[in-house]
Amino acid sequence: MAIDKDLIGKRIPSHTVDIERGQLRFFAKAIGETDPVYTDPEAARAAGHRDLLMPPTYLFCADSRRSDGFDMAAFADIDVRHVLHAEQSFIYHRPVHAGDSLTFEGVVEDIVSKKGGALEFLVLLIEVLRDGEPVAEVRKSLAVRDPKAGK
Amino acid sequence: MKLELPRITRTTLALYAGASGDHNPMHIDIDVARSAGMDDVFAHGMLNMAYLGRLLTANFPQERIRSFSVRFSSITPVHGRPTATATVAKVEDGLTHLDLTMTLEDGTVTLKGQAVVEGDVAA
Repeated sequence: MAIDKDLIGKRIPSHTVDIERGQLRFFAKAIGETDPVYTDPEAARAAGHRDLLMPPTYLFCADSRRSDGFDMAAFADIDVRHVLHAEQSFIYHRPVHAGDSLTFEGVVEDIVSKKGGALEFLVLLIEVLRDGEPVAEVRKSLAVRDPKAGK
Repeated sequence: MKLELPRITRTTLALYAGASGDHNPMHIDIDVARSAGMDDVFAHGMLNMAYLGRLLTANFPQERIRSFSVRFSSITPVHGRPTATATVAKVEDGLTHLDLTMTLEDGTVTLKGQAVVEGDVAA
């Protein structure tokens, strides 16, 4: 089933996430990161950081830690079993540390059909702000497969 | 620049699902994966990107990374053993442009990407 093209330009409800030390330590463990700037506040401070440094891809994870119940799959009416991550990009303006509070403001940038609709790309652009200042720009492209197409 | 990762186990995927907040069952529940026609679960694309991020931050202070982007081309099956590599594409206007690749043992390229880092990598 095709994704509704009317979603292009539609805003995703903005939300705010507190970046917590425990979350960052768990993430470091999950990805095998052993540099103490990501796990030990004293080591982070000794390296000139305010607190634990947030790893570069954690922005994506923080955005998925919504507490408002918003569900992207329901929003775009897609089946998560048929979604693959196609592309991901980050533009960094400022480092983020534990204790920061990040606000994510997303918009559906584009929806592109390929292979006669058998594959669709949902492109989201998300601005990340801290105290109203931009800290990063995140773009993600999801490939949604239509299992019925071409059969 | 190269980072050889350990084999991806089901535990790796369970930990990443919890730590990342990505609870898509395709990565942790073989029953759901099979219901979608897959043989087994596969790694989160963002786990691979996080490994590439480790390669970057092991070589450059993180605050020097201006941008980091990838295009996923193939899934990483559970039990896959990825290797992350970065090569300098060019140094221009005080910025180092890196080409990034993740490959599996059999040579499959699972993603390609780019990063731009402040400063001259040779400096």
